[in-house]
Amino acid sequence: MTELIKYTAAETAGAIAKGEVSAVEVAQAHLDRIDAVDKKVNAFLHVDTDGALAAARAVDEKRAKGEELGPLAGVPLALKDVFTTKGVPTTCGSKMLEGWIPPYDATLTTRLKDAGVVILGKTNMDEFAMGSSTENSAYGPTGNPWDLTRIPGGSGGGSAAALAAFEAPLAIGTDTGGSIRQPGAVTGTVGVKPTYGSVSRYGLVAFSSSLDQGGPCARTVLDAALLHEAIAGHDPLDSTSIDAPVPAVVEAARMRDVRGMRIGVVKEFAGEGYQAGVMQRFDESVELLRELGAEVVEVSCPSFTLALPAYYLIAPSECSSNLARFDAMRYGLRVGDDGTRSAEEVTALTREAGFGDEVKRRIILGTYALSSGYYDAYYGSAQKVRTLISRDFDTAFAGVDVLVSPTTPTTAFPIGERADDPMAMYLADLCTIPSNLAGNAAMSLPVGLAPEDNLPVGLQIIAPAMADDRLYRVGGAVEAALNDKWGHTLLEEAPAL
Amino acid sequence: MPGITREEVAHLARLSRLELKPEELDHFAEQLDVIIGAVARVSEVAGQDVPPTSHPLPLTNVMRADEVRPSLTPEQALSGAPAAEEQRFRVPQILGED
Repeated sequence: MTELIKYTAAETAGAIAKGEVSAVEVAQAHLDRIDAVDKKVNAFLHVDTDGALAAARAVDEKRAKGEELGPLAGVPLALKDVFTTKGVPTTCGSKMLEGWIPPYDATLTTRLKDAGVVILGKTNMDEFAMGSSTENSAYGPTGNPWDLTRIPGGSGGGSAAALAAFEAPLAIGTDTGGSIRQPGAVTGTVGVKPTYGSVSRYGLVAFSSSLDQGGPCARTVLDAALLHEAIAGHDPLDSTSIDAPVPAVVEAARMRDVRGMRIGVVKEFAGEGYQAGVMQRFDESVELLRELGAEVVEVSCPSFTLALPAYYLIAPSECSSNLARFDAMRYGLRVGDDGTRSAEEVTALTREAGFGDEVKRRIILGTYALSSGYYDAYYGSAQKVRTLISRDFDTAFAGVDVLVSPTTPTTAFPIGERADDPMAMYLADLCTIPSNLAGNAAMSLPVGLAPEDNLPVGLQIIAPAMADDRLYRVGGAVEAALNDKWGHTLLEEAPAL
Repeated sequence: MPGITREEVAHLARLSRLELKPEELDHFAEQLDVIIGAVARVSEVAGQDVPPTSHPLPLTNVMRADEVRPSLTPEQALSGAPAAEEQRFRVPQILGED
């Protein structure tokens, strides 16, 4: 029975469809696993035992009636606590929303339910998705299953850790500056930021609206593709949703063939600050792509060196506006309302009590960048950088099909090491940010352990907007070749919890 | 470009409706000064003739048909309210006494 938790999502759905195991048995096996290990990992903020078992029973009943099941029916999933779930608490890792029960489902939540996916619960995250370590959660940090004293990345550290700890075969993250890919890289799991606008943001609590993008997290490239297909597609409830067919990601994940593809290595993502073992595994991955028949060239994207500064003006600016909604009037926390204080005073006291340090820093930084006198120099310049970065991508993609780089400059760092050093923390997203600014698609997949610390290293693959299928084609081929070479998947090397 | 002072941070906190404690002001002013020093690098491109990008998609207004659709009941809409009264959000005093 314990082996059920080791199944991929595709294997799980297959076994349920064939009647080898019931969806309820699968759900229970994962709930038992969460019960056994999550005190140590802290991947979940809320486990919805009743909801999960009810959803699983519905899948079993459907099958018993002979109805056709979708490709993910009965597969358990860990949902980042930034998507609304009707009747199930949604906190965004913040005291501001402690105890809030949304009266509606996000479109993504609805799609998962319609696909028969079994939502196990809501995962831990940096408060309002601001951070790279999950240490900014108001509910305590999440441990990296490879080494519980280290960070699982962020902001979606809970989702990535749930996968690596075999608490769920699938998870959902959101990626504003790397919050899906960076946790994927440091936990040895697969994470994809789809093209901006391809997964609905309706019901995704907004941090930086022009950058936020939900996406799939999984242990295999094929599983990520199956989840991608289930959640992507046009949504009339999101005015920034792209009305175009979803690229054939599942088909691409099954190709396992990169012959004839042109792959660009981003020159700017190397050098000082990059860990030797990360670069070693990255260089080996590039060599592997060559062996598999891809043509590899070096590509220069000079504006990428300004991506991090531009991001830390644009994202805080949008955050300062978006988080103005937490005013203590309509939902969420309210403190200090003793009859003597004005609404404005109650708002200020509530925001002081309800937000953590990083959220406060970003609200102040964004308010500064948008204030008259600084707007042109800061926010205006950052928007110009955004154009230059898009142009660098356009130039690069004129000559290559995808770009590759390390996902992160280093492996997972110890919890606490960068907690009060914002600039050091921000560097974790150095390689992931350009794709958010340009709105294109990118994936991180595990390519081995760094020799010096035996911690996972991620390979980032970047594709043009609406060419998400290329990520899966390249990722699927690399994954298959590495699993062949190792004789097992990377996560089988993770220590027992 | 100049850094940021404690007084500026206090002003920005007021604008942001954040009732910061004195020790928070000290700490944030120090950290924000470092962050602003680092992000100020974007001003390298300030003089360049480059159009700004505010969004990855070319956005135009997206309209839907003006039709009655199912929506939240008043009870659902008020379900998360810190205080409610007669199907309304109850808020602290907004205007002064006089």
